[in-house]
Amino acid sequence: MKKLTAYSKERIKYLNKRKRDKFSIIFLRIFLLIALLGIWELFAENGIIDPFITSSPSRIVKTLKNLFINDNFTYHIGITLYETVVGFIFAVGVGYTVALLLWWSDKIRKVLEPYIVVLNSLPKIALGPIIIIWFGSGEKSIIFMAFIIGIIVAIMTMLNGFLAIDKNKILLLRSFGANKFQILLKLVIPGSIPTLISMLKISVGMAWIGSIMGEYLVSRAGLGYLIVYGGQVFKLDLVMASTVVLCVLATLMYVLIATLEKVIIKYKNE
Amino acid sequence: MEKLLELKDVSLTYQTPKDEITAIKNLSFYCNKGDFMSIIGPSGCGKTTVLSLIAGLISPTFGEISISGEKNPLKRENLGYMLQKDELFAWRNIERNIFLPLEIKGIKSKSAKENAISLLKKYGLYDFRKNYPDELSGGMRQRVALIRTLVSNPELLLLDEPFSALDSQTRLSVCDDVYKIIKSEQKTAILVTHDISEAISMSDIIIVLTARPAKVKSIFIPNIEGDSPIRKRESPDFSIWFEKIWRELHV
Ligand SMILES: Nc1ncnc2c1ncn2[C@@H]1O[C@H](COP(=O)(O)OP(=O)(O)OP(=O)(O)O)[C@@H](O)[C@H]1O
Ligand SMILES: [Mg+2]
Repeated sequence: MKKLTAYSKERIKYLNKRKRDKFSIIFLRIFLLIALLGIWELFAENGIIDPFITSSPSRIVKTLKNLFINDNFTYHIGITLYETVVGFIFAVGVGYTVALLLWWSDKIRKVLEPYIVVLNSLPKIALGPIIIIWFGSGEKSIIFMAFIIGIIVAIMTMLNGFLAIDKNKILLLRSFGANKFQILLKLVIPGSIPTLISMLKISVGMAWIGSIMGEYLVSRAGLGYLIVYGGQVFKLDLVMASTVVLCVLATLMYVLIATLEKVIIKYKNE
Repeated sequence: MEKLLELKDVSLTYQTPKDEITAIKNLSFYCNKGDFMSIIGPSGCGKTTVLSLIAGLISPTFGEISISGEKNPLKRENLGYMLQKDELFAWRNIERNIFLPLEIKGIKSKSAKENAISLLKKYGLYDFRKNYPDELSGGMRQRVALIRTLVSNPELLLLDEPFSALDSQTRLSVCDDVYKIIKSEQKTAILVTHDISEAISMSDIIIVLTARPAKVKSIFIPNIEGDSPIRKRESPDFSIWFEKIWRELHV
């Protein structure tokens, strides 16, 4: 029950301390970032490290500006983002459905178990040549790479979540006369939402790994392509600039899912 | 007296990859309408199995179980099962938790929901209907669990050690509450418990089971004065019955 009461002195003291702590942590985080960037910049400026090999913050900023103005950088960003998001959605969607199926039928689960184990331990990059032959050297291959890397983890995480549902709760529903479909709808799906959210978080990371890896292998566009290209022609500025953008995008996507989690929790509490 | 439940020569053998376990062998007893019956016995003797059989969640290997004459376990819809833990769904508020049996049974009528809400009101939980289970105390949650079993208006209640997850103080008062609720709703109830005092203070009739495989060892009818478990515990007869049953369990 939420009650509105006047805060005691101790509580106010505690809340203030909490606020201060939170503030100081944020401050230290920003400070650390600025310090690192500053040292990097200074060292590069004064020739202590070779900016040709290490690049530098100011050169990265300049490169980014150039990329956006002259080199159609948004096109590359768009491609990578598209591949990642599509791969992610397919991996998560198909993964969830397969996990449901495996929960539903013990028989299918047992039959497929060894296949999943093998697929899980196989380094998916080894499938690169096969994927290229099947899907060509374009977006499709990259999306498939993102998909295949994401799906196994999605299946295994979700299936574990489904199987961890309390047996007694199933018993309870059965005592109400529930059939399997009702158990799925009323218990298994809502009861595994926390697992779904952690699965989404893991899968975002997997999708990025997949799409960038795919671009390393085949592509002619995208951030992964720019990174590989930059490495080949020794343009460290380009490599660093693309990596920075990649960091930002990956973080944004993660934040998006973390926000989704908060929305769900809030929805539950209302 | 009208017989509500009857078990005739019921046996159950669990098959596991390693072994087969005969949990129950030739078990027969009956329960009259309106009675509060307790089943006690050594741990692991098959008490939960008896309730699962009655609930129709498993089928007997041999023998026959009938409720109001109905032998088909699939038609056994007029009973409510209450487990050791409350098993409330954390993502549903109290109100939606107690509507769960209605949803499962496809009962959409307004009066059924109103009846459920009136039970909450009657037993002091109305103000918490929008709260979530983790905001309630253990005793309150157990009461909600009982109300959830009552909303589909079952004739027979099956209670599997419903108080054992509570601390001993709460246990006494929840025990009292549950007893009063069951009596005022005029339900027939079968309670499985380890606790001799609980059995004596709540029941009209007590069945003592043997160690596995479970059979009826003896039957007691402790007609103790008092209109509630706490009152009955205060009666001088209480300790006499306690000793009798304790002896029976430990020979
Ligand atoms: N699903 C099962 N598969 C195999 N054996 C089982 C199963 N359920 C119960 N048993 C066995 O049957 C016997 C009786 O179990 P049951 O749970 O009915 O006993 P109980 O009297 O309720 O025990 P407790 O006092 O611990 O609650 C036990 O020996 C148990 O190991
Ligand atoms: Mg038991």
